[in-house]
Amino acid sequence: MPRPRIFLCLLTLTLFAWPSSVVMASDISSIQDTSMSLPSWDMLLRVLLLKDYNTRVVMFGTMSLGLAAGVIGTMMLLRKRALMGDALSHATLPGIGLAFIVMVQFGGTGKYLPGLLLGASLSGALGLACIMTIRRWTRLKEDAALGIVLSVFFGLGVAILGIIQKMQTGQASGLQSFIYGKTAAMLAQDAKMIAVVALFTVGICGLMFKELKLLCFDATYAQSQGWPILRLDAIIMALIIIVTVIGLQAVGLILMIALLVIPPAAARFWTERLFPMILISAGIGAASGFAGAAFSALLPRLPAGAIIVVVASFIFAMSLLFGTARGIVHRLIDHTNLSRKVAQQNLLRALYERSEGSRSLSKQNLSPIASATSSSFKRLLIARSWSPRKLRRTIRHAISQQLVRSRQDNRYSLTRNGLAEARRVVRNHRLWELYLIHHADIAPSHVDRGADELEHILGPSMVDELLGLLAVKHPELAVPPSPHAINSRSAIGIAGKYRPKTGSSKRT
Amino acid sequence: MNSEPADPATISDAVSADPKAPRPVRVATGDEHPVTSPLSVHDMTVAYHRKPVLWDVDFDAPAGSLIGMIGPNGAGKSTLLKAALDLIPKASGRVMVFGKPYRQQRHLVGYVPQRESVDWDFPVNALDVVAMGLYRRIGWCRMVSRRHKQSAMQALEQVGMADFAKRQISQLSGGQQQRVFLARALVQDASLYLMDEPFAGVDASTETAIVNILQTLRTAGKTVLVVHHDLHTVRDYFDQVILLNMRIVAHGPTDEIFTPDNLKKTYGGRLTLLDRAAHAIARQGET
Repeated sequence: MPRPRIFLCLLTLTLFAWPSSVVMASDISSIQDTSMSLPSWDMLLRVLLLKDYNTRVVMFGTMSLGLAAGVIGTMMLLRKRALMGDALSHATLPGIGLAFIVMVQFGGTGKYLPGLLLGASLSGALGLACIMTIRRWTRLKEDAALGIVLSVFFGLGVAILGIIQKMQTGQASGLQSFIYGKTAAMLAQDAKMIAVVALFTVGICGLMFKELKLLCFDATYAQSQGWPILRLDAIIMALIIIVTVIGLQAVGLILMIALLVIPPAAARFWTERLFPMILISAGIGAASGFAGAAFSALLPRLPAGAIIVVVASFIFAMSLLFGTARGIVHRLIDHTNLSRKVAQQNLLRALYERSEGSRSLSKQNLSPIASATSSSFKRLLIARSWSPRKLRRTIRHAISQQLVRSRQDNRYSLTRNGLAEARRVVRNHRLWELYLIHHADIAPSHVDRGADELEHILGPSMVDELLGLLAVKHPELAVPPSPHAINSRSAIGIAGKYRPKTGSSKRT
Repeated sequence: MNSEPADPATISDAVSADPKAPRPVRVATGDEHPVTSPLSVHDMTVAYHRKPVLWDVDFDAPAGSLIGMIGPNGAGKSTLLKAALDLIPKASGRVMVFGKPYRQQRHLVGYVPQRESVDWDFPVNALDVVAMGLYRRIGWCRMVSRRHKQSAMQALEQVGMADFAKRQISQLSGGQQQRVFLARALVQDASLYLMDEPFAGVDASTETAIVNILQTLRTAGKTVLVVHHDLHTVRDYFDQVILLNMRIVAHGPTDEIFTPDNLKKTYGGRLTLLDRAAHAIARQGET
C-alpha cells in the first residue's frame, strides 16, 4: 500500500517546511516594508506578560469574541447554516452606513459605536428576513437566495459609504474599518460590551443546549414533538447576528464568517460528542483571539482580524492532521492496524488450512498437531497474494504475539494459542462464506466480517442454521475449540432475548 | 386554500386508468369507535404547490392493531404521516388522535422518521439520540438526568442495542441506526406509533427484531401504523392494511383487503410488481 506512505512523507515534509516558510515570509515582508521590524525580546515579554493596558483590553475583547463565536458557530455549522452566517455579516454594512447618516443628521459625530452596531444588527436581520422570504415564496433554492442577499446588501453598503464620503459633514474615515476590522481601535468599554454579549450567548446556548441539539440533529422530529422550531431557529440566528455585529470592529465583516465556522470545524476532529465539541470550539476561538491580539500588538502594521483568522486556520490544519477522533494521522494508524489484523488472520488461516490435510487434527489433542504440521516461507507466500516483505513482517508480528513458531528448518507452525485463534478465525470465515452462499439475497450492510459475535449481526437462528451446514463439511470447526471463543449454544440463548452480552463472551 | 378543485385527469391517471374507478372499499371492523380511535383522518387533502399529493384520505385506525400502509412510490405514504403530524400543511381535512386534535395529544404519539432524513455524522452517540425522545417530558431548559438516561438505556436494550449505547451514530450500520430511531420512539411510551419505512435497507436480524417489537407493542394494546414496501411480508406482519395511491384504494383487515384485485387497483399497470405480488399471495395461501 503505497498511499499511506506517500501521505506520511508529505506530512513530514509539510511539518519541516512550515516553520521555515513562516520565517521566510516574515523576512520578505520586513525587506519590503522598512517600517515593520521584528519585535524585540523586550516587547515580546511585555505583550506575553500582559503588561500593556491596551494590549490587555484588546486581548480580552478578541478572546471573548472568539469564545462566543466558537459556541454559536458550532450550532450554526451543525444546523448547516454556515453560508447564511456569511450572508448575514455582509448584510450588516448598509445598516452601519445608514446609522451613521441618521446620527449625523441628528447632530452627532456619527461615530457612536452602539448606534452603528444597532444599525448593523437591524440590517443583518433584514437580510435574514429577505433570505427567508425568497426561500418561502419563490422556488429559488437557498444558495441563490443567499447569493442575492449577500451581494445586494454588500453592494448597497459600499454605495452608502461612498455617499457618506461625499457628504463633507462628519468624519467618515473610520467606517471602512468595519469591512476588514481594526482591533487597535478597541476601547475598554467596547471590550466590556463584547464580553457581556459573549456571556449572554454562552448562557443561552447552555440553557437551551438540549433544545438546540435536537433542532440541529432532527428538526422534523423536534417539530413532531411540538418544539417550536421556527422560534428556536430564530434564537440561533439572532445570536449569530449579535456575535457577528460585535465582531465587526475587531475582525471585520468579510472575515467574521471564518471565526464562526473554522473553530467548530476544527473541533469536530477531536471529538464525537456535541458538548466537548462546543468546549473545544470555544477554546480554539479564544486562543485565536488571543494570538491575533498578541501578534497585532507586536506587529502593529498587520491587521489583527486577518491574523486571528490565520491562527484559527493553522489550528484547523493541525486538527485535521492530528485530531484524535477524525484526524488524518489517527485514521491512517487505524487503517494500518486493521490491515495488520487482516494480514495476521490470513497468515493463521493459511497455516491452519495447511494442517487441515493432516490426519492428526483432533478436537481434544491440540498440542501435537500444532507442531506436527508446518509450512515453508515459500508455500505461505503463494497461499495469498502478499509481498514477501509484508509476509515476513506479518510472521514477525505473529511470532512476537506467540501465535506462530519459527522452527530450525526455517519452517513455521502454529503454537497452541495460535491454533485456537486460527480455528476461531477459520470458523468465522467459513460461516460468512456459507452465509453469502445461501443468503446472499439479504446482504448485510456495513458488516464487520472480523466481528467475533456473528450472532449479533446475523441473528441467532441464522447462525444456528449456518453451524448446521458447517458441521456437515467441517465437523472439527462447528464446535469452537477455545474456551475464549463464543460458545454457540449459550450465545444463542442470550442473544435470542436481545440482551446485552456479558463481558465473558467478549474477546479483545 | 380550501380544497381547491384539482385537475381530474391528474388524479385518475395516478389512481387507475379507469375513470370510473370504484369508490374506496371500506370494511367496518366491528368494535370500531371513531370517537376514541387512536388515529382518525377525516377527508384530508394535501397538495405541494398546486399538485395534489393526497386526495380525500379518510380512515380510522382500530385500537391495538398493526397497520401496514402499502402503495407505489410517490403514492403519498410519507406525506400522509407528515400531514397527520402537522409537519406539512393540509389543504383540507382534520386529524384526531384519541378523539382530540393532534396538537393536544403529542405525548401519545411516537414518530419514527425515515432513516435518511437526518445527518448521521452528527456528533452524538446512540444513547443521546434515544434520550431525545424524552426531551418533551423533561421540558424547557432542563438537563437530561441520570434517571432519564436509564430509561433511554432500557429502550436501547429493548431493541438489542445496549452494547452500542456509547457509539457515535455514524459508526452504526443501517439496521442499527434504524433500531436507535425505534428506541427513541419507544422511550416516549406512546400509545400510537407512526413509522416511516422502518424496514428500508435493514439487515435480516434487524427486520426480525423490529417485527418482534411491533408485536410486543400490539400485545401491550398500542396501535402501530407502518409505511411498508415489501409486499411479500405484508400478510405475516400486519393485521390491517391501508392500500394507498394518492387516495385510499382500500383499507381493512389484511385477509380481506390484501387481494390481487385491490393491489392491481393500487399499483395500476405495473405488471412485474403485480405478478410478483400475486405469486407471493398464492404462496401464502398454500402454506
